Amino acid sequence: MTLNTEHAEPTAAPQGMAVTARTQRQLVTRRFFRHKGALFGLALFLFVFVLAFTSIGFGPLPGWWDKPWTGSGTILDRGRPTLSVIPEFLGGSGIHLGEHPFGQDNLGKDYFALTMRGAQISIIVALAIGLVSTFVGTVIGALAGYFRGWIESALMRLTDVMITIPVLIIGAVVGQIAGNLGPYFLALMLGVITWTSVARLVRGQFLSLREKEFVEAAQAVGTSSRRIIFKHIMPNTLGVIIVSATLAVSSGILLETALSFIGFGVRPPDTSLGQLIQTYRSAMVTRPWLFWWPGIFIIAIALSVNFIGDGLRDAFDPRQNRVRN
Amino acid sequence: MLAFIARRLAISSLVLLAATFIMFVLVALSGDPLADLREQSTPQAQAQMAARIKALRLDVPIPVRYFGWLTDLFRGDLGVDKSGHAVSSQLALATTATLQLVVIATLLGAFIGIMIGVVSALRQYSSFDHGITFAAFVCFSLPVFWVATMLKQYMAIEFNDWLRDPVIPLWVIGLVAVFAGLVWASIYKGRWKGKLTTFAIGFAVTAVVLYALSASHWFADPGLGFPFILVVSLAAAAGASTLVAGWENLQPMYAALASAGVGALLYQPLQPVLSDANLLSILGLALLTIVVSWVLGHTLGGLLRRQAIPLAVFSGLLTGGLIFVDRILQAWHSYTVSVRNRPVATIGSETPNYSGDFWHVSLDSAMHLLLPTLALILIGLAGHSRYSRASMLEVMNQDYVRTARAKGLPERTVIIKHAFRNGMIPITTILALDFAGVFSGAVVTEHVFGWRGLGAMFTKSLKEVDPTPVMGCFLVAGAAIVIWNMVADIAYAYLDPRIRLS
Repeated sequence: MTLNTEHAEPTAAPQGMAVTARTQRQLVTRRFFRHKGALFGLALFLFVFVLAFTSIGFGPLPGWWDKPWTGSGTILDRGRPTLSVIPEFLGGSGIHLGEHPFGQDNLGKDYFALTMRGAQISIIVALAIGLVSTFVGTVIGALAGYFRGWIESALMRLTDVMITIPVLIIGAVVGQIAGNLGPYFLALMLGVITWTSVARLVRGQFLSLREKEFVEAAQAVGTSSRRIIFKHIMPNTLGVIIVSATLAVSSGILLETALSFIGFGVRPPDTSLGQLIQTYRSAMVTRPWLFWWPGIFIIAIALSVNFIGDGLRDAFDPRQNRVRN
Repeated sequence: MLAFIARRLAISSLVLLAATFIMFVLVALSGDPLADLREQSTPQAQAQMAARIKALRLDVPIPVRYFGWLTDLFRGDLGVDKSGHAVSSQLALATTATLQLVVIATLLGAFIGIMIGVVSALRQYSSFDHGITFAAFVCFSLPVFWVATMLKQYMAIEFNDWLRDPVIPLWVIGLVAVFAGLVWASIYKGRWKGKLTTFAIGFAVTAVVLYALSASHWFADPGLGFPFILVVSLAAAAGASTLVAGWENLQPMYAALASAGVGALLYQPLQPVLSDANLLSILGLALLTIVVSWVLGHTLGGLLRRQAIPLAVFSGLLTGGLIFVDRILQAWHSYTVSVRNRPVATIGSETPNYSGDFWHVSLDSAMHLLLPTLALILIGLAGHSRYSRASMLEVMNQDYVRTARAKGLPERTVIIKHAFRNGMIPITTILALDFAGVFSGAVVTEHVFGWRGLGAMFTKSLKEVDPTPVMGCFLVAGAAIVIWNMVADIAYAYLDPRIRLS
């Protein structure tokens, strides 16, 4: 061993490869923001969200759109949409919103305001379904996976039973019970019945993590079960939970709109995207825009949330499934 | 294995029992079945109310009511609805329509989805794979009811209008051909020269076929014909045996070709038999096909009987299926005339008061099934293709696949025998779980297409707060799902011995 430090080369950064230490969260964020699909999804979702909540305002907050979603008016140009996105030099009528960008229904209601109201309710219901079902599913999965024994068998049999019931069928019955109590209560109830897939995933994670050495070490020093679950195991399953929460949101919006479509979801005077489609379905031939706009918004919301979920999955679990050739 | 099946059977019935209990309580809480009578002030209302309370056991607590319902069920009595009609007779009609829809959609969706998924796994990160991934995301986000309404408008109404003068415009032929060429070129793996050739061939074949169909007014009176059946069945037999058995040992291929050839040559002699067919004779013919193909596979298969027999049976059934389709299409012309030139149906599961021979009735229900099935397939396709892609990729990364390649097996053997067979094992569970989802979709599609199936019966009774029919519908759906799950579990245990031994 030499004490001559004069000749010691700086070992860091050979060929310009700087090594930076990053926390787990920084790694995940970096991977997420490098995922093109996820960024597209995030931008699309934020756009729809901001458009829906600022345009007609929410609750006491006023919006920048001047027409209400409830009132009717005089029908201009048979209620055709006035939105134009083709610039004049391409032969269109220029980029402008016009008086009624999404057109009007047969009573002269402004369809833009109506669609925005539907989008607000659908987004809120979907987010609430996602939150509630993830919470319930996580609790059930964690209890079953950590404690094993009779708790696990009871909870997993319950999950098996719930999986047997088609979600739309039990959702319709729940909607029949809760539909009159407003969309928020409906969302809560729907969340309570759609936790099965989250519970199974979380249970699987807990089953494998509880056998790991760090859990054994924690148990050996007498850590309480609650602390082990919340401080030791839960942070390691966070990725799975967040990803399944986004998927629950996207299936939540499809469930809510389908239920509203068959008449067991959001009821008048409240409106939602699915209910708009149901209301104006018969006008498909004469006023097709009444059918198109809510559908496009449902797809935009579900698609953007799915892309965000995919990006999060890749960010949390970067093991790429590349085939070795 | 028997013990496993017995255990699984017991668990399944308990699960169904618990599910009916949950549903019963929820349905009982969903409203007051007497509401419509309470509003009436006629003197009969009191008597009617008393009768309904007695029939629906509304005077006892819900759990007691459930046991009453269950006891009746074990006696084979599904109870009565609000107006006193027996539920079982309504249920019988609704069940056939819905189960037809659900089973066909599940099987077709799974088959197409798995094919797409496997191809995109084998061509990972190709433009085909990226395209399929994107399409799957879009399909995941599509609301069923929206797709169904769109199909009704654009596939049915406008397609029917088009059928009056079935000429495909040249620009449509061009677009479709370019698209087909691009798809084939993106599946092709290799240098750009090969890709270009693939594109050219795909483009040319599609364009020529479409042009020929359009020019000969094929869509006005479609049919397959003997030469087509012969060529396609022989080609399919050869293709399937190339995939499964390869060119090293030709006995399985001989068996498959023989089975397909015998089937196709029977085309002409079968026509008189088929002209007054019914469901039983068709099933009998299918059984006969299986037996003959089995014998052919057994005699021609030599040492490779275990491959030859399934191949021969597959080829025989495929040929039989083609002949069946051909015979059904022979009824097309008179059928379209009888439904006023609007063959693609949008309402219901059959034309009301339609009468005709077996082929016309079959064609009628096929045309009614077309759109709802298409809507359900489109939704299910995404899931199946994603799962089979993921599962296939996982298997392709296993060490035993590398070993198989390392010992010099041809790529076909590695993929079909080592990877595909193991990759499909987890798909059985997905198929089982997905079945409940298809039922959910069926409720919505029935609403759009005005089917009088389980879904329509369910929504109508639930809206009218009529608990017994709701429970009847759920019982059928739940039983179908539980049985399907059980079959999938048994298949899983059969395919993967680790499951049944643990």
